[in-house]
Amino acid sequence: MSDTQNKGLIARFLAASPDSVGKTIIVAVAVCLVASMIVSAAAVSLRPVQEANKLKDKQVNILQVAGVYEPGINVGEAFAAFEPQVLELESGAFTDQFDAATFDDLAAASDPELSVALADDPAGIGRKAKYRVIYLLRDDAGGLDKVILPIHGYGLWSTLYGFIALEANGNDIYGLQFYQHGETPGLGAEVDNPRWKTLWQGKRLHDDAGNLQITVARSQPAAGADHHIDGLAGATLTTVGVDNLVKFWMGDQGYAPFLAKLQAGEI
Amino acid sequence: MSQTKKELLVDPLVDNNPITLQVLGICSAPAVTSSLQVAFVMALAVTFVTGFASMFISILRNQIPGSIRIIVQMVIIASLVILVDQILKAYAFQISKTLSVFVGLIITNCIVMGRAEAFAMKNPPMASFIDGVGNGMGYGLILLLVGFIRELFGAGSLFGVTILETVNNGGWYVPNGMLLLPPSAFFIIGLIIWAFRTWKPDQIEEREYKIQSVEAH
Repeated sequence: MSDTQNKGLIARFLAASPDSVGKTIIVAVAVCLVASMIVSAAAVSLRPVQEANKLKDKQVNILQVAGVYEPGINVGEAFAAFEPQVLELESGAFTDQFDAATFDDLAAASDPELSVALADDPAGIGRKAKYRVIYLLRDDAGGLDKVILPIHGYGLWSTLYGFIALEANGNDIYGLQFYQHGETPGLGAEVDNPRWKTLWQGKRLHDDAGNLQITVARSQPAAGADHHIDGLAGATLTTVGVDNLVKFWMGDQGYAPFLAKLQAGEI
Repeated sequence: MSQTKKELLVDPLVDNNPITLQVLGICSAPAVTSSLQVAFVMALAVTFVTGFASMFISILRNQIPGSIRIIVQMVIIASLVILVDQILKAYAFQISKTLSVFVGLIITNCIVMGRAEAFAMKNPPMASFIDGVGNGMGYGLILLLVGFIRELFGAGSLFGVTILETVNNGGWYVPNGMLLLPPSAFFIIGLIIWAFRTWKPDQIEEREYKIQSVEAH
């Protein structure tokens, strides 16, 4: 009489040859079950923290581009000063169709109902959402101080996602900041360089005749230094990408209708 | 078992380093060494994964059917990697943003698989765990060396703290931009292998073939 007959089911299973068909299947199923339980437990239990991180990261970027961020401030509290609005790009008017706090305009860009395919696509983004979430910062008296507009477009390796902050006149740039990109460290990734970002401050989108003149390039355009941001040395293609995406979003396919209203003082 | 636990831990650092001697894990090294901070977190993540993957695989080693052993190893390794990725996303968000896909790519890091196949399938759990941690640390050591050189001379900083003020920020140092590009890691790793083998000539492999002289017609 062999030992295995006296043992329980588990002991017999453990002692069996691992190469039998039955055991192969049981081991495969058991390992997958246990592994998937651990992975899904981790994913589900950590999701709230991750979502909070993502939200905070976005808020920090908005605070930074608006120039109100300092290390150690209470991000949620500071962000409460910003008023999110869902903007219909084509009309340049705000809409109440969506909840501005939860509307995801980047996800909307891949929803056929909420987006359009671009035939003329200098920013290399393929589809454009019809609605974008923008942020208004008001001063203490309740007047409009700054508007923060989300922008994105293709650089050299990656799509750059960022914000541009404009003064209330809708023409003067306050700042520009990318919160996500995969450009070459040391070259294209210098879009994050604080010294380069300060070059944007005070530049003007349109000339006095109302033409969009903003240019990011190595050499100064005819329109003058007011509309020119020096390109990044050694990162020509990233520079071209940033130039394209800023022109696209500030142009007729982007925020132009909204900017016109802003400049006319209708917002 | 002939090796002591200390040898298991220390051997992979220099004498049997997974990168310089076994030449494994080269694929991810160029991607994650452009800055020290990223290299450091990556080293920790890989050490965690190799250690625990080896341990779990070793616990199951007598039950894993030979025909599906690689898949079972992959399932265990992949679960641990996802766990690391999720934890980084929750508690080290900024770093997980810079590491992006490379955490996920630990799954394909040859060191993890290599130690599972070569060591954990034949040795008890504790020894396997130590072996995994040792190899993870060996990998991390090279990452940190490469990251040190690349960040210092490529960006003029260490752990993000400026050491050499670069021209872009108004200083004097003209950074070597090539060091920030992935191929430079290959050159540096090559030089490190050369240095290690000069220091420890035992590591030089026998030639697999000899060029024979051809007789003239």
